[in-house]
This record gives sequence, C-alpha cells and structure tokens, in this order.
Amino acid sequence: MAEQITAGPARLRRSPLAHLEERMRAATVTGPRGVSLSEWPYITMVSLRVDPESEAAARIEKTLGAPLPRRCGDTTSAGPHTVLWLGPDEWMVVSQAEHPALTAELTEALDGDPGSVVDVSANRTTLELSGPMAREVLEKGCALDLHPRAFEPGQAVSTQVGPVPVILWQTDEAPSYRLFPRASFADYLARWLLDAIDEYARPEVT
Amino acid sequence: MLLISCPWCGPRDETEYHYGGQAHVAYPHSPADLDDRQWAEYVFYRDNTKGPFAERWMHSTGCRRWFNVLRDTVTNEVLAAYRIGEPRPEPQQAAAHAAAQAVAHAGGER
Repeated sequence: MAEQITAGPARLRRSPLAHLEERMRAATVTGPRGVSLSEWPYITMVSLRVDPESEAAARIEKTLGAPLPRRCGDTTSAGPHTVLWLGPDEWMVVSQAEHPALTAELTEALDGDPGSVVDVSANRTTLELSGPMAREVLEKGCALDLHPRAFEPGQAVSTQVGPVPVILWQTDEAPSYRLFPRASFADYLARWLLDAIDEYARPEVT
Repeated sequence: MLLISCPWCGPRDETEYHYGGQAHVAYPHSPADLDDRQWAEYVFYRDNTKGPFAERWMHSTGCRRWFNVLRDTVTNEVLAAYRIGEPRPEPQQAAAHAAAQAVAHAGGER
C-alpha cells in the first residue's frame, strides 16, 4: 500500500476551491431568501466495496458501529462516521476521523476477503449549500424530486447538478445539503451555484 | 428525454445513463470454432426491431450498474427495466410491471 503522507507536504496542499473562498463568502444571502455556499475541504472519504451478505461486511459494520445502508438514498451514522449508499455493493464512508487511521481499520476488518477499501479523500471536495432557498437553487439544475415529501435529511443520492455528477446529501431541515463533486469539476460547480444564488441577493421579481 | 427506472435507484433522467446496445446477445459457446462470417455476425450484427426492444443501459452517474431495459422503438416508451440475469419480460407483462413499479416508487419508497 502507498505510504500515507501525514507531515510536510500536507501543509502545502490547496483545496480545489481555495481560490473561490472569498467569492463564496461574499455571495451569502441572509433573511427569508437566504442561502449560503461554502467549501469544507479535506473531509475524510473512504470508498468501500464488499458483498453486503458476507462475513466481511458484518466485521466492517462492527468496526464502523453502524449497519451498511441497503437501499438507494439511505445513510447510516455512528460517531464521526456516516455511510452513504452508492450501489448494491458500494458505499462511501464520510468521516471526521483521520483518513489513514480509518482506512487502516476498515482494511483490517475486510481482512483480505473479496472487496476493497480505498482512501478517496482527495477525489472529491465538499460544498455545503444551506438556507431557506437552498432547495430552489438546486432545483434549477437537479431533476430529482427534492421536496420534503420525497427527500429528507439523512438521505444521499448520486446524481447530477447541472451537468456535474455529484453525490448529494441532505443533512438538515434548514435545508442544508452537502454536495460532493470530483475535485476537477468543483470549480465549475461552485461557479454554477454562485450564479444560481445570485438572484436571491436582489429584490424578488413578481 | 427518457425517464428510465434503474432497478436499484428508481426513476432518473436519461442523462444519468449510458447506452449499451442490444441485450441478450450471448457470447459464443466456443468462439474458436466460428468462421469469419459467424464471428462478424456476433460482433457487428444487431436486430433493428420495430416495437419492444431489449437493450442494455448503465446508470453511470448513479449506482454504476448495468441492467436491461425493454423499450418500444416506435413510441420510445420504456416498458420495463430489469436486472442482468433476469428473463426478458413479455411486452404485456412489462406494461403491468411498469405500472407496479410506478406505484412502488410512489408509495413504498417513502
């Protein structure tokens, strides 16, 4: 396995949206038409693939302290970890824990059985879109039904926002959403969202 | 825009999928025994059906699974979506299946 870099170059890393931080902060709208956009860089993400009926899956569930969700849209949480369903044998673990430690723990739980545990923390970045207008902003470019009757906090799906493939996770009823675009699409998606937010900073057109 | 029901993720826009051509084209049992014409027919020759047509699709921005879709090539109506390994539904069954799926996604899937 590749050696994990824990010191030195880690200080020099740049998040995919560091150059848009100021613009995202300035775009924040408050009040009843409020919506805000920010990046949460360097969140630990681990890609997990295993047969959900296998013993290895049971060991992984024990290590995580949460069952692996079995249905599209479902997530499960325990302590610092949240497990997002990506496919019938594929999940993404999003965590506050350090990525080398979590990857090592899950690799140990898999114990060489068929499956994979891969640290993908650098694959995607995290955008948080929050506020009363957050759903309206997403609805400009996401064909999914995001109305509370169909999509609620704790659900996460892999879909598209505008033309960008993202994992979309609703975290609370504000509503707040976390979007996980691949790093190379993050700049485009952030600019797309800034453009979509722009109208809420102006008086409503009636 | 087609609305295709992924067997794992439910109804999503066509833009989330990749097309994979005709379904149920079996790999030859002993490819070494085929002559050039038979091999060419296996590789290149596909049906050009008017009516219900079974084809492969992959949910590329969702669960990334391949599955089969029965689509009417005249009306573009998606009659059924079923997992790899499941038998091809008959068009009449498929219509009932599609209706049942719509109900399941509207009610059962919260």
